[in-house]
Amino acid sequence: MSDVRPSRHTPIIVSIVIALMLAIAPMPGWADAFRPAWVVLTLIYWSMTFPSSYSVGAAWISGLVLDVGQGTLLGQHALALSIVIYITVKFHLQLRQFPMLQLMATVFAFLAIYQFVLFWINGIVGISVPANTYWGPVIAGTIVWPLVSALLMNVPQRVRR
Amino acid sequence: MAASTSSKQHRSPYAPALGFRLLLLASLSILLQYGDHRDNYLDTLRKAIDATVYPLRVIVDAPVSVWRWFDETTTSRNDLQIENSRLKAERLLTQARLQRYAALEAENARLRTMLEARKQVRAQVRVAEIMSVSANPFRHVIVVDKGTRDGVYNGQALVDADGIVGQVIEAGVASAQCLLISDPGHDLPVEVNRNGLRTIARGTGGYNTLDLPFLPNNANIEPGDLLVTSGLGGIFPAGYPVAVVETVTRLPQEPFASVTARPSAALNQVREIMLIWSDDEQTPVEVPVKDAAADEEEGNE
Repeated sequence: MSDVRPSRHTPIIVSIVIALMLAIAPMPGWADAFRPAWVVLTLIYWSMTFPSSYSVGAAWISGLVLDVGQGTLLGQHALALSIVIYITVKFHLQLRQFPMLQLMATVFAFLAIYQFVLFWINGIVGISVPANTYWGPVIAGTIVWPLVSALLMNVPQRVRR
Repeated sequence: MAASTSSKQHRSPYAPALGFRLLLLASLSILLQYGDHRDNYLDTLRKAIDATVYPLRVIVDAPVSVWRWFDETTTSRNDLQIENSRLKAERLLTQARLQRYAALEAENARLRTMLEARKQVRAQVRVAEIMSVSANPFRHVIVVDKGTRDGVYNGQALVDADGIVGQVIEAGVASAQCLLISDPGHDLPVEVNRNGLRTIARGTGGYNTLDLPFLPNNANIEPGDLLVTSGLGGIFPAGYPVAVVETVTRLPQEPFASVTARPSAALNQVREIMLIWSDDEQTPVEVPVKDAAADEEEGNE
């Protein structure tokens, strides 16, 4: 099942939990509109690196926790996350070859898809959402992507010593 | 950047294909969303996940609590003295007001018994502290540190010192999620204190504005009017201040006037809030807010 040694799962899971905490941490109002989707970024990184251990299943479970943490419809983030991670895993071999700028553009597209699914579901359910809050998290997420990937790079190898 | 270990994938032959797994999980999440939106089947599941997330919430809230503790323990003597004298003066003032209130209450009860009206229920309150504010900018949801073990129930009303704040939507074991009245999906039955005109106050997504979308152009309402809860929705007890009317724009070509109001409660500044138990609300009316909003929109069309 795994392409990660069992002992190396722990740091990966810890990084996902930290991303979840960042996603539910209280922030001042103006910063909330620009909060990067930490969980998506982290999961994109791990599913790109270890596609057979961390793919749609992990994304779905994290999404469910995110739904409860943020008080959204149960399954909303789960659906959006699994779709984005599905695309990531599908193209993980290409993504690994991309130079940073091209990868950032791809991450931008992924985050836009993620946001689109969330807004779509809100629309169906009838939760009215100001449209100007669409791009803030997408842009912020793209900007912090190099930081996230630098932080997560070789984490399992670095921790184990 | 990728680890070289994963160039060849050893997937178990029994694991289903990726596309199939996505399809399965996607349909599962759509089912979950349907169930969550339509009814409260999934309350137990949500509570279970919430209980596992609770430690995360505590950790995330820790820096704020530590800072407050630090702030409180390092206040100078001088500051404390100033605060103390201010509080004493305030206490005197409120006590004077309370005396008048007690007299008024007694008179009111007398008049009511004369009218043989139903006795007004005396509400019980309890102070709760806000643990976190929802990270989702589209929904105004806060988490407070009281849950079902303190007797909190879904649909319970929340007030602060100045007025209605919101209502409990998810009562967890040790914490509860509460929807603020400023959430775009929140509708609150109110009446104008001056003349008893009933209407609905709807959240706009801004902390400082409520919308009163269903008032006709000839409605007797003016800027400065106080809106209080009418108690008609079955969730909020009657008579708590909600908002003060700010603008009234009467447009002859539109069926309804556009009226906005400013919430009395400081929705984005509160740290402590009060949960209200009305004595006669043993069985709270279960009105899921999302559904109520959706139904109303259907009704408008």
